[in-house]
Amino acid sequence: MSEAALSRLKERFGAAILETSSFLGDDTAVVDAARWKEIALFLRDDSKLSFDMPIDLCGVDYPERLPRMEVVLHVYSTSLRHRLRMKARVGDDEMNGAEIDSLVPVWSGVEWLERETYDMSGVTFRGHPDLRRILMYPEFEGHPLRKDYAANRTQPLIPYRTEEEAGVPLEKLAPFGPDEGMSFGRRPHLPHSEN
Amino acid sequence: MEPLDIDLEEGELELPSEPMHLNLGPSHPAMHGTVRIVLELSGESISKADVQIGYLHRGFEKMCERGTWTQVFPYVDRLNYVSPMLNNVGYALAVEKLCGLVVPDRCQWYRMALGELARMSDHLTCTGAMAMELGAFTPFLWAIKAREMIWDILEEETGARLTHSFGRIGGMAKPPTPAFKELVRGTVPRVLQLMNECEKMLLKNRIFLDRLENVGIISGKDAIALGWTGPCLRASGVDYDVRKAHPYLKYDEVDFDVPLGKKGDTLDRFLVRVEELQQCGRILSQICDRMPDDGPVNCDDPRYVLPEKQDVYTTIEATIQHFKLVMEGAKIPKGEVYSYTEGGNGELGFYLVSDGSGTPYRVRIRPPCFQITNGLSRLITGRMLSDIIPIFGSINMIGGECDH
Amino acid sequence: MGEVTRTVTIDGSEQGFATTKFDALLSWARKYSLFQYPFVTACCGMEFMSTVSPRFDIARFGAEAPRFSPRQSDVLWVVGTISQRQAPVLRRIYEQMMDPKWVIAFGTCASCGGFYDNYTTVPGLDKIIPCDVYIPGCPPRPEAILDGLMLLQDKIASGDRRPGVVKPRQDPADPKNDLVTLRTSASGRDE
Repeated sequence: MSEAALSRLKERFGAAILETSSFLGDDTAVVDAARWKEIALFLRDDSKLSFDMPIDLCGVDYPERLPRMEVVLHVYSTSLRHRLRMKARVGDDEMNGAEIDSLVPVWSGVEWLERETYDMSGVTFRGHPDLRRILMYPEFEGHPLRKDYAANRTQPLIPYRTEEEAGVPLEKLAPFGPDEGMSFGRRPHLPHSEN
Repeated sequence: MEPLDIDLEEGELELPSEPMHLNLGPSHPAMHGTVRIVLELSGESISKADVQIGYLHRGFEKMCERGTWTQVFPYVDRLNYVSPMLNNVGYALAVEKLCGLVVPDRCQWYRMALGELARMSDHLTCTGAMAMELGAFTPFLWAIKAREMIWDILEEETGARLTHSFGRIGGMAKPPTPAFKELVRGTVPRVLQLMNECEKMLLKNRIFLDRLENVGIISGKDAIALGWTGPCLRASGVDYDVRKAHPYLKYDEVDFDVPLGKKGDTLDRFLVRVEELQQCGRILSQICDRMPDDGPVNCDDPRYVLPEKQDVYTTIEATIQHFKLVMEGAKIPKGEVYSYTEGGNGELGFYLVSDGSGTPYRVRIRPPCFQITNGLSRLITGRMLSDIIPIFGSINMIGGECDH
Repeated sequence: MGEVTRTVTIDGSEQGFATTKFDALLSWARKYSLFQYPFVTACCGMEFMSTVSPRFDIARFGAEAPRFSPRQSDVLWVVGTISQRQAPVLRRIYEQMMDPKWVIAFGTCASCGGFYDNYTTVPGLDKIIPCDVYIPGCPPRPEAILDGLMLLQDKIASGDRRPGVVKPRQDPADPKNDLVTLRTSASGRDE
């Protein structure tokens, strides 16, 4: 990766680049969320940077920090073969105001990545052509990759069968009883006995 | 007799047509069970397409935040389940980058060898399944037969046919078996020969060619802007292979070519995969020549690597080390890192954030399929309904990876 | 009563016609002509492909013909993880199948959710639809899959609709197999 890219960014945008760092060969620039799109355009169009490929976009949640959500973008240049990580921090502790400009006009490939970040972390992208949930279903409430979403909180789309409907015990069916499937050394297959 | 239509206005005879909506998938045999495409058809051509994924979302990233760093390996296996070993290696390299570990030479060769075998299995499955979806069942059977041979090697090495969970932080679970090189040398030529037969059968088949050629064309520039990587990008003529552009492991020491397509159509994507199989064979034979037969496989770093089982039973230091590593997990230094390798479908990246504890703070995978599937609606819009099948087959969407 | 094993005529020769119960004949016919609907979602699909392919050859059991219309199929193979989003689809497919119909849960994820105990995964397809045979494994080996199919055939023949599970061929804890030796106490007594 190139530290030259970082210095070029600092030179061009000055105070909008809040922090820069280079760690284990990864160059990172934390930028002002208000100028996110402008900087992205510069990254793409500047001849010394020419970051033409969006690699990844995701959200990282830091509930104890303010602003809470970090939007992390990785870009790559196929001609110059260098990479850059760009971050912006948005949202207060209740994730109000977690908004940032959409980069779809800059790289068309971020369309789904932004939808995913919206779905998983709850960041709204202004100007996105089609901001819907992508991995979860529309009825789903909340954003699973936030740290305050309990990992095992399910929101079933259809009600589970009741035991009356099924006519068999559902909680622990035979192979998954207290022995958790380790059924060897026991009586031969008798599914609904008490064991 | 007068023609009947003499006083009809032009166009009046046409049937009124309004766009028809068609729902393809998720449980459609060619949609791999996990993609739904809602189509708006005008006649038989597609005027609008909405590709919906997420039917196999299993919460990979959330699950990783619950266990230790090592416990991520089984989940990683099930991302791209056609080439689990590549994911294992990719994740191990990412964590090692954060720890500053470099595995011994023997392990690097070994990882490369297993990774290339997994890549062969990936490409065989993709080409075979694509042929099957177009109605050619025999090549599919041959490809699966070839894949079984590769899985035999992987089973011999790792004990599992498909989900190996074989990578470890700072090494591999086991050193190569004594017969490994011999197995690879014996099997790979047979696999390639089977593939040659497949190729002959398909590429002289007029129907197969007609359905592939000039279908689903994407230019290199568009593919880059969409973030495509891997065989699909190379089929559009862009020379980007992580193994060549940013060599990792020992890829800078082996000799191989990166096949490139010209047009970026479905046939090119098929041919690039077929040619990559041959290149995998080349790489594997070089690995067999150069991999040392003895030497350590794991790093000698007690902070991350489990001690020898024998020592655990006999010495207190090793017992404590084992206990700490298993119960608390290896403490990965604080920081964040993005590491990338060439997976079966393209650049497989892991963005890891560590807070210095034994549990990952955030594991973000960059699955190559996700970006590629993003471009699918662009490829099929304006084409005929029947073109979806070859186009979708050629991008090799793997549900587990695409839907996380 | 299950199989037609011998055919005996009134005069005692082994030719002519067979006598059986109609139900038994019907289930005998059913068990060897299962049309399957592979509801393939995830990793297990790879092993399913292997089972269909020549080395393991599911055709030997009369179950090789896939029907991608639920209305034409008898067995629903649920191969892979069922996410909450997929659950309505699965139930609908099950409801569209004609009686008699059977369901096989292929792999751990389909059986109980596996290690995906989280916000998006259904903990086992029996929460959504009834299930006849569970095949454990992540993914199960083709041998286990064939065992599962044979278990289903037995159930069809005997008319047993209670769920069953495929067990390991060899019981690792059985001392006869000599696979596992447990050292239980300091006295050195091996079990």
